[in-house]
Amino acid sequence: MNTIVTALGTARARRLRAALTVLLATAAAVGAPFYFAPFQVFQLTMVLLYAVALAGLNLLVGFGGQISLGHGAFFAAGAYTAAVMLDRYGTGHLATLPAAAAGCFLLGLGFGVPALRLRGLYLALVTLSFAVFLPPLLKRLEPVTGGSMGLTVDKLRPPAWSGLAEDQWTYFVVLAVTTVALLCARNLLRSRAGRALRAVRDNESAAEVMGVRLSLHKTLAFAWSAMFAGVAGCLYTWVIGFVSPDSFGFVLSITLLAGLVVGGLASLYGPLLGAAFVMYVPSVSQDLSEAAPGVVFGLLIITVMFVAPTGLAGLPGRVLAAVARRRPRATAAPPGPAPGTGSAPEAEPGPEAGSGALTTLTPPGPAVVDAEPVGAPPRTEKE
Amino acid sequence: MLAVDGITVRFGGITALDGVAFTVEPGTAVGLIGPNGAGKTTLFNCLTRRCDPDGGEMRFEGEDLLAVPPHAVAGRGIARTFQNLGLFPQLTVRENVMVGAHSRGRTGHLAAALRLPRVRREERELRDQADDLLRRLGLADVADHPASGLPFGTLKRVELARALAVRPRLLLLDEPVNGLSHGEVGQFADLVRSVRREFDLTLVVVEHHMGFVMGLCDKVVCLDFGRRIAEGPPEDIQRDPAVVEAYLGVAA
Repeated sequence: MNTIVTALGTARARRLRAALTVLLATAAAVGAPFYFAPFQVFQLTMVLLYAVALAGLNLLVGFGGQISLGHGAFFAAGAYTAAVMLDRYGTGHLATLPAAAAGCFLLGLGFGVPALRLRGLYLALVTLSFAVFLPPLLKRLEPVTGGSMGLTVDKLRPPAWSGLAEDQWTYFVVLAVTTVALLCARNLLRSRAGRALRAVRDNESAAEVMGVRLSLHKTLAFAWSAMFAGVAGCLYTWVIGFVSPDSFGFVLSITLLAGLVVGGLASLYGPLLGAAFVMYVPSVSQDLSEAAPGVVFGLLIITVMFVAPTGLAGLPGRVLAAVARRRPRATAAPPGPAPGTGSAPEAEPGPEAGSGALTTLTPPGPAVVDAEPVGAPPRTEKE
Repeated sequence: MLAVDGITVRFGGITALDGVAFTVEPGTAVGLIGPNGAGKTTLFNCLTRRCDPDGGEMRFEGEDLLAVPPHAVAGRGIARTFQNLGLFPQLTVRENVMVGAHSRGRTGHLAAALRLPRVRREERELRDQADDLLRRLGLADVADHPASGLPFGTLKRVELARALAVRPRLLLLDEPVNGLSHGEVGQFADLVRSVRREFDLTLVVVEHHMGFVMGLCDKVVCLDFGRRIAEGPPEDIQRDPAVVEAYLGVAA
């Protein structure tokens, strides 16, 4: 077994495994819309779109060590940018994506300025104020945003050549954007810029002494993060085809943050898990309890945080570590009982040699060996 | 190379540094000693622009350091280590060292997100340089380990590696052997001596371990209550009555 583990640990095997994982994930992602019912495909689309928003939030909160309770506002800004462009100016869907991204980037850059001076709870409060203040503003700007009634716009339509149903086409478009966005986030984090961001999170003054310009990296983290949220919002408009101020209340911001923490902060695939949580758990809790889905949702968050304090993404690692902790104890057990059998060396030399072979060969070995000496000493005493 | 003149720092009513002046010649090692609270670390903080002096002047190779923004100090060729470690605990040892090379990198956010070819090239270069440094300091085995949960002596070496990654000409070491065992102090002193030769460094060392300071430094400056009370070669400082009084006190 050890040989297998070491063989798997080599760089080449790891690359092979990574390639295999990517291949399987791609196959699953591409095959899903043909396998599931339209509503389920729609749900998957929403998971992908939330994953983009969470990946952005992850840049800021997980890797940047800042906090934002206002990302729903950037999400809304992206969604409304797309909706207004589609509704008032009749631009194509694709044109709304760069506009929403650029707009939210600039918005984030502006709102990132308070992040330079405030931290922790104070920053949380300021960002929360964006989220609280946006819906009333959207209601007021009726000529542009359609007020409380919101805007209804065209959804994505599959081109004739694709031969796909609407939900399938939408899924694939969102999948493409999500893939690009997540890859960008990953690239960013694995570069000089990402390292600088994480260094600032871990130790601000040391980072500055090493030449990291704090103001630049902090504001840019905010801007990138807002841009991802804006892109997610734009996708939301494409998928739902309707925006209204009440869809983007401050609960959305809090749900996003909760989803990220549950999915796993500072983890590359935590946002995907968190997005699934954000999408599915409310509907599951609705099924569990008609009366109080909120309570079930809350309890589920608490449960996840107790079972996996590092988020769902950290769970496999924790489980493996727990197993690894237990395993040495199991294999360490034989030396303990060995003296017991050693006290009667003439009596049974065979089992001892056999037990040695067993422990190295098969996992059940320890249990067998454990069973042996327990019965053994009384027998030798009787003799 | 470095000229500090009349630096004064006040925190509220306390004068942490009171008109301190000394110079550091290129290629030398200067020891900065003094009882706790004498203002040694504050002086380091001024030199790396972590703290603004209320008065005085600091020049590095003729340039006014007070006009250099804090993040640009590393780019000028000044690196430091911290008294109680200033590592990034959640980054790996290699990443810590690579952050040291931050000021030499050029990659911006957009290029990084798109992972342009030049970004890959730069990453590979920085990584190779970091690995060279890690090998040089005997840290290759822990390169992928997070910079927390390692032995203190190892972390001290990681911090030295990170400072060297800046490619400094002036290296400021703040209590480098504080908290190390007797044997480790000797090893660390040898290490500092060899990297000093190899990388052609000028050193300023704050340290309480007199054996380390006297063995390494060409000149020692002694501070007490923010004032310079002595300056000279190590053998003179050891016999200086003011230094002995500050450190040991005199019988009443």
